[in-house]
Amino acid sequence: MKRLFPILSVLTAIFLAYTLYLALGKDTPTDAQQGDVYRIIYYHVPSAWTAFLLFFINFIASIQYLASKKPSTQAAAKWVVIVVGVVGVIACFLPPVQKLLPVGMRPSAVATTVLLIPIFYFLIGKFFPGDSLDVLAVTTAEVGVVFCTIVLVTGPIWARPVWGIWWAPGDIRLTSTLVLWLIYVSYLMLRRFSNSAQTQMLAAALAVFGALDVPLVYFSIWFFRTQHPQPVIGGGGSMDPRMLHVLVISWMAFLCFAFLVCWSRFRLELLHREVEAAHAMESLVGAGVAATASLPLNRSSR
Amino acid sequence: MNAIKFLIAAYIATWLIHGVYIGSLVQRFIRLRRELKELAKGK
Repeated sequence: MKRLFPILSVLTAIFLAYTLYLALGKDTPTDAQQGDVYRIIYYHVPSAWTAFLLFFINFIASIQYLASKKPSTQAAAKWVVIVVGVVGVIACFLPPVQKLLPVGMRPSAVATTVLLIPIFYFLIGKFFPGDSLDVLAVTTAEVGVVFCTIVLVTGPIWARPVWGIWWAPGDIRLTSTLVLWLIYVSYLMLRRFSNSAQTQMLAAALAVFGALDVPLVYFSIWFFRTQHPQPVIGGGGSMDPRMLHVLVISWMAFLCFAFLVCWSRFRLELLHREVEAAHAMESLVGAGVAATASLPLNRSSR
Repeated sequence: MNAIKFLIAAYIATWLIHGVYIGSLVQRFIRLRRELKELAKGK
């Protein structure tokens, strides 16, 4: 296990270097309208998808954590997730529901996304039992915020030469992404500065509400008038296959990188809890010694 | 319009953010390890 991390780190570094070569290489065509600046997409879009995935994992882990506190709630949540998965997938192929989907959005893409809810729910429940769910939640939230920060930084850098402005005030895609970032920053602040015994529960509840912003961010370009470009995949986008190929490879590389960062952050959180437990134990031992020392005095004072 | 500088700026900003975050993780690891060692010594 100790050797696996450095090996994976080297492989990921090579993969990321290859992605950079592809993203800037002459084999990848230049956009006819935007020129080379469009290549920001190879960092901006994979970062956004990675952030969404991490927030989704955070959402599932938070639900699992909230449900795990009571066996009856846990059983009920399990069935709710199964029902959501089955009904959601079937509904996507019903004509009345298909009419509600935005033009160009494939029902199979929506069904796959819905199906991910029960799949992730059971996988996370299996591999992260008990308090490790909370560790996973804080890990994915923090790494997700880092990727979301990159989205919010690279977006305006692309917008300046293409739109002529850094930020389009009032644009629903941009604003909802900023709100998403703020929600998860407040989630991390709550965890950092609150010393209440209920902090983990409160944070999990906040994460569940925060995750509701993810679909709003994703679907905003379909349902609202926005300056943001239309989706490149899953919604009838017309991207050159060579560009799409590089974009998908770039996302794979960023996923590998995010996995390694999450792994490190997960270990850090475990170490942090170990130190906290050691501090608590030390305080208890100290208090025990003090109580023993003061016991005869208490007795004699009666 | 020299748009290439925006492309370079975006790529540099991405790795700068990742670098700063990884640096903070390493710092926190070192601090916690030291703290754990001190606690073990105290026992």
